[in-house]
Amino acid sequence: MNFEDERPIFAQIAEEIENGILSGAFPEDSQIPSTTEISVRYKINPATVLKGMNLLVDSNIIYKKRGIGMFVAQDAKSKLMQKRKDQFYENFIVRVIDEANKLRLPKEEVQYMLERGFNR
Amino acid sequence: MNFIEVKSLTKTFGNVTALKNINLKFEGNKIYGLLGRNGAGKTTLLNIINNRIFPDSGEVLIDGVTAFENDYAQRNVYLMSEKNYYPLTMKVNNVFKWTNEFYPLFDMDYAKELTAKFGLNPAKKVKELSTGYNSIFKIIIALSVNTPYILLDEPVLGLDANHRAIFYKTLIENYNANPKTIIISTHLIDEVANVLEDIIIINQGEILKNESCEQLLTQGYTVTGSTTTINSFIADKNTIGYDTLGGLKTAYIYGSVDKSELPTGVEISKLDLQRLFIQLTNS
Repeated sequence: MNFEDERPIFAQIAEEIENGILSGAFPEDSQIPSTTEISVRYKINPATVLKGMNLLVDSNIIYKKRGIGMFVAQDAKSKLMQKRKDQFYENFIVRVIDEANKLRLPKEEVQYMLERGFNR
Repeated sequence: MNFIEVKSLTKTFGNVTALKNINLKFEGNKIYGLLGRNGAGKTTLLNIINNRIFPDSGEVLIDGVTAFENDYAQRNVYLMSEKNYYPLTMKVNNVFKWTNEFYPLFDMDYAKELTAKFGLNPAKKVKELSTGYNSIFKIIIALSVNTPYILLDEPVLGLDANHRAIFYKTLIENYNANPKTIIISTHLIDEVANVLEDIIIINQGEILKNESCEQLLTQGYTVTGSTTTINSFIADKNTIGYDTLGGLKTAYIYGSVDKSELPTGVEISKLDLQRLFIQLTNS
């Protein structure tokens, strides 16, 4: 969790759980930490944590077992993978190009840098 | 009716108006941040809610009944204040026992657990406690009384960074296990921001903001760029302050900003709670 991040805390909580699912730390059908555990661990108001959890419930990434807790949905990982791929262009490519324009870096140079990055 | 309601509260001290016609509602089981500069009226408000001082006019209702000279209503409220009202020569563990008499739901085992957790020596007399441990001693009582409303006036005064971390964690644990209304008045805004659900900013005896922390944070921005660009950009915006550095100007904006209408060469960033507070209450 990086609180210097400008996004609302509840969105960061949701992303942190998503990262756990993507990395395999929270496998499909396994239980994720409770609202209480997360709120105590990061010293965050439980209402904020719940809001982050509900984002994931609404997009069917996690589901609730009444009286037990929250669990990772069956196809959560592939769904998240697709979602992150969709965001990749907006979050990274567009920003790279905006910054390149600001620095007046020609397209060819950016392409060369990308190539260099792949060959690291 | 689980809430504290403050209606048209006014309080003056001599020719100083500490509170000017304040109206507020503290709902059940929420954590509130009561923020304000020194002398803004925070302590006066908390003292009136807890019936330690009387207002000139207005009323406070606790769960629908008057808070004034009403022991029945006040049994639901605990105020941890900066001032020490405990007998100075009494030992910490005796104060716990004594508190138990007034607050029947006081959890002695929990108080002992917290005493160990914070490393407070229960055999010490109240007057022997350092500023930090004096705060810790009062925090422990506030968290152990089990009243539906706890008011914490400057709870982390004198606490070192480690003790403050223990405090925030314990507070969240306590709130998760036994939801209650907690009102925290503090100057260490950065640290407490994530703990708070709602924010009340009080300035010169008046309520400046009263909304959810999240809502408040969506409205604070800084824009930085050349002075001429920034000046024309902020012409129709609610600017709450600015800084200049040579030809560079940073303006603090309260309200919404459409990022797509941002002129080139202007950097935008969000204001965190502390910076927003500073800009809103600078006079």
